[in-house]
Amino acid sequence: MFGFSRPQLIAFLAMVALIVVLPFVLYPVFLMRVLTTALFACAFNLMIGYVGLLSFGQAAFYGMGAYVSAWTIKNWHVDASVAIALGGLTGGVLGLALGYLAIRRSGIYFAMITLALAQMVYFFCLEAPFTGGEDGIQQVPRGHLFGVIDLSNDMTMYWLVAAVFLGGFLLIHRIIHSPFGQVLKGIRENEPRTTSLGYRTDDYKLIAFVLSCTLAGVAGGTKALVFGIATLTDVNSSTSGEIVLTTLLGGLGTVFGPAMGAVVITTMENYLAQMGAWVTVIQGAIFMFCVLSFRRGIVGEIGNLLKLKL
Amino acid sequence: MQAILSTSFSFFGTNVTIAALLGQGTLGLINGAFYACLSLGLAVIFGMLNIINFAHGALFMMGAFASWMLLNYLGIGYFPALILSPILVGLFGIFLEKTIISRLYKLDHLYGLLLTFGLSLVVQGLFRNYYGSSGLPYQIPQVLQGATYIGFMYMPNYRGWVVLAALFVCVATWAIIEKTPLGATLRAATENAPLVQAFGVNVPRLITLTYGGGIALAAFAGVLAAPIYSVNPNMGDNFINVVFAVVVIGGMGSIMGSIVTGFALGVIEGMTKVVYPQASATVVFVVMVIVLLTKPRGLFGKAA
Amino acid sequence: MTISRRTLLASATAAASAAPFARARAQTPTIKIGVLNDQSGPYTNTGGVTSVICAKQALEDFGVSTKGMNVEVISADHQNKPDLAVSIARQWFDRDGVDMLLDVPTSSVALAVQSVVREKNKVYLNSGAASSALTGEQCSPNFVHWTYDTYMLAKSTGGAMVKAGGDSWYFLTADYAFGKQLQSDTTALVKAAGGSVKGASLYPFPGTTDFSSFLVQAQSSGAKILGLANAGGDTVNSIKQAHEFGLNSSMKIAALLMFITDVHALGLEVASGLNLTESFYWDLNDKTRAFTNRVKAKTPNNWPNMAHAGCYSATLHYLKTVHDMGVAEAKKDGVATVNRMKAMPVEDDCFGKTKIREDGRNLTPAFLFEVKKPSESKGPWDYFKLVASQTGEEAYRPLADGHCPFIKA
Repeated sequence: MFGFSRPQLIAFLAMVALIVVLPFVLYPVFLMRVLTTALFACAFNLMIGYVGLLSFGQAAFYGMGAYVSAWTIKNWHVDASVAIALGGLTGGVLGLALGYLAIRRSGIYFAMITLALAQMVYFFCLEAPFTGGEDGIQQVPRGHLFGVIDLSNDMTMYWLVAAVFLGGFLLIHRIIHSPFGQVLKGIRENEPRTTSLGYRTDDYKLIAFVLSCTLAGVAGGTKALVFGIATLTDVNSSTSGEIVLTTLLGGLGTVFGPAMGAVVITTMENYLAQMGAWVTVIQGAIFMFCVLSFRRGIVGEIGNLLKLKL
Repeated sequence: MQAILSTSFSFFGTNVTIAALLGQGTLGLINGAFYACLSLGLAVIFGMLNIINFAHGALFMMGAFASWMLLNYLGIGYFPALILSPILVGLFGIFLEKTIISRLYKLDHLYGLLLTFGLSLVVQGLFRNYYGSSGLPYQIPQVLQGATYIGFMYMPNYRGWVVLAALFVCVATWAIIEKTPLGATLRAATENAPLVQAFGVNVPRLITLTYGGGIALAAFAGVLAAPIYSVNPNMGDNFINVVFAVVVIGGMGSIMGSIVTGFALGVIEGMTKVVYPQASATVVFVVMVIVLLTKPRGLFGKAA
Repeated sequence: MTISRRTLLASATAAASAAPFARARAQTPTIKIGVLNDQSGPYTNTGGVTSVICAKQALEDFGVSTKGMNVEVISADHQNKPDLAVSIARQWFDRDGVDMLLDVPTSSVALAVQSVVREKNKVYLNSGAASSALTGEQCSPNFVHWTYDTYMLAKSTGGAMVKAGGDSWYFLTADYAFGKQLQSDTTALVKAAGGSVKGASLYPFPGTTDFSSFLVQAQSSGAKILGLANAGGDTVNSIKQAHEFGLNSSMKIAALLMFITDVHALGLEVASGLNLTESFYWDLNDKTRAFTNRVKAKTPNNWPNMAHAGCYSATLHYLKTVHDMGVAEAKKDGVATVNRMKAMPVEDDCFGKTKIREDGRNLTPAFLFEVKKPSESKGPWDYFKLVASQTGEEAYRPLADGHCPFIKA
């Protein structure tokens, strides 16, 4: 089902169980942050893990999704589902535009172009009046879902976020385990050979990129509604860097890695906020540790120990 | 002459005099000298070692701090610091290379980038915890204070010194790498290490020294920066973006490329500050995208 | 094998969230104060740990233990990010039982938190942020702006310099809400006094370290005053570079927002002659000296500036109010607590006697200082000489001009 192997299916069910049970014991707003970050990380993982393209500018799509969702729900009073969908659409369209430019290059140059383009998006967000500049878009209402369900209750909002996450997660998984996904894998393993087989690899890469950006936009839009705010931090290069760290920590190219990374990073941020000045040092140390001895990431290492693909 | 300099005209929509434009151009060149010197170390490290050293900004900052420490703890002034600080930080760089960086040579570029990025977070965080982020005072040395009228603007003597010092170091580095036997060995070692090793050259040591040298260049730029910018732990952050753009645009690994691009970007940034100052931080990225799309290996980059 | 993986996933999350389970059930209700500020970025020394120390000093000076109150002070780093601040604030209110939010510098963050406090009906005492919009269009009945704002700075520093003959200005402005607000508040004042603005350079914020280009433009504009509409590291850099270009000989520099901690970072060599406004100075009178003596041992490298003093003063008055109302009542209703704070007169060693206006503006005095020359400074942190002063009533924007929505005209 959905292309899960047996161990993966068990892990998936465990994850669903946790998603259902945890909001009754833990703070739902914290969990929502984990879920939106996890979705963003899964979307990022699609590019780096399965296509092999490192993008340093994913925050541009996440942040623009957040801004558009926030703005539309605050000013046009659209339905929450519409706001999130518009966020995703923004991510996708922007992804198409920027991806079209960036896809021509690969490796480090692709990373640099995405970084540069994302910086330009940041500048746009800084200057454009609708984003509210430094203040961001504040006091964003949660609105209603399908016109009837009031989302201002944290628990109700949680179920929506959980649904969005699971939907995105399964969608990504489906994409990977499809003929399309096989071509992507071929591109990552050996692009010239894939081209020689007759596939227009640039098109495939672009489609994967757009999908990744769309889901990033959905994640951003959902986050904006949960917290009621969309700011420049969402389009900042540090957010791009953080999502790289999150995915790396969890395990690049694994199914459950991004989600695990999101759990750890969000928890760390939460509990380290009280430690003030040591947060960046610890984050940096973790980065270094991951690269030196923990390259497979948490889920990757677990999978390696148990001889499974997680 | 005065009359020519005072003629006013419209430059991309802003009214400027020729004097003002020359002034801004000169300022841009001064900044460019900084960028060139700073990106030189980065280019050397990437060209020779294939490591994308994201920690460059943090090490630049360490160079500035080292000169501050030399002054405040040991009473050693600016001019000796120009030599001592790069040596000290360069030694730290060698230590880093031996313990951490050398493990990355066989891996994908991505990991080098991430590791050095993490390193920069740690270094900057530690300095911040210890020294705060308001910045520490460091004065311009007596002999370099004051300003000289160069016909169209008052050029602070210290900034003139920065251009000369940076230019000297850039040209010297370029000469060493491109024109000396040592440089030739180095270039050969990056192309084919085992073969060069077979000739009896201690390649790992060469690489270590090169990394240390690249770091020393960053620290040198740091000492140059200390009197004019606030010596604070975040000072590298503002440079790292531009410096990366310089290296990428110039062609990753091309020494001449970094030097020329550094100066050029300084001037472009300077012009933007006159016309549309809010965009002066972003114009670098616009140029980078244009160059990457048209000349993917950079302006001076070597193919493959 | 199945069990181990499930356990691994479960235990990872459980371990990460073990702390929330430990919810202390105190016998007497505890008043919790949350200090939220920048502890790792450009405003670390302006606020940071010293604010926490000053808040705790207020607990000591009030004598919480003798009055039978349980009070706790916690803190967190908002890293100047509005969304991080919002999520910390939410968590503090929802789960950790925080009753009062303190300090919160950086205007964009300060504004973002405003709505959360209002939603949860808690108390918000802001000492570190500058924007006058906080008691204007963005005002809130749960909020008091304690120490200063952009209007007061513009009127004091700007006004004084215009009076002294500085009738033409050029602004160097950080391109974001705070910088632009400061520029516009000052411009209004300059124009009202008959002066003119020759031009302005808006530079990218954050990220600019080199101001040489803008400074040269300022010089060629022929203005008499260089107005620095920026703060922290930017101010320090602009002044340093202004000196380098010899700007200080042809123009006067107005540091529109500058704290003693910035002067310390700049050094008297460069900073001497600068005009700036603070509402507190440690060496102003016997009372301020007494306060500083109590605090400086705990923060020897960073003596208190007005923002820190504000944290002390706000906490002290809050504790007096809570004691007066009763802890349970105070915890229940933030608006009621703030109303009581407005009704009770404020008095402490830092600011003397002040009053909190209906819109939440605490009317502190405004002191215009000039930075001493190195030869005039007789001891550590002996940096300022007093040039002029205004009372709280004079210093701030008139109530009606703020258009605060919940004030019935």
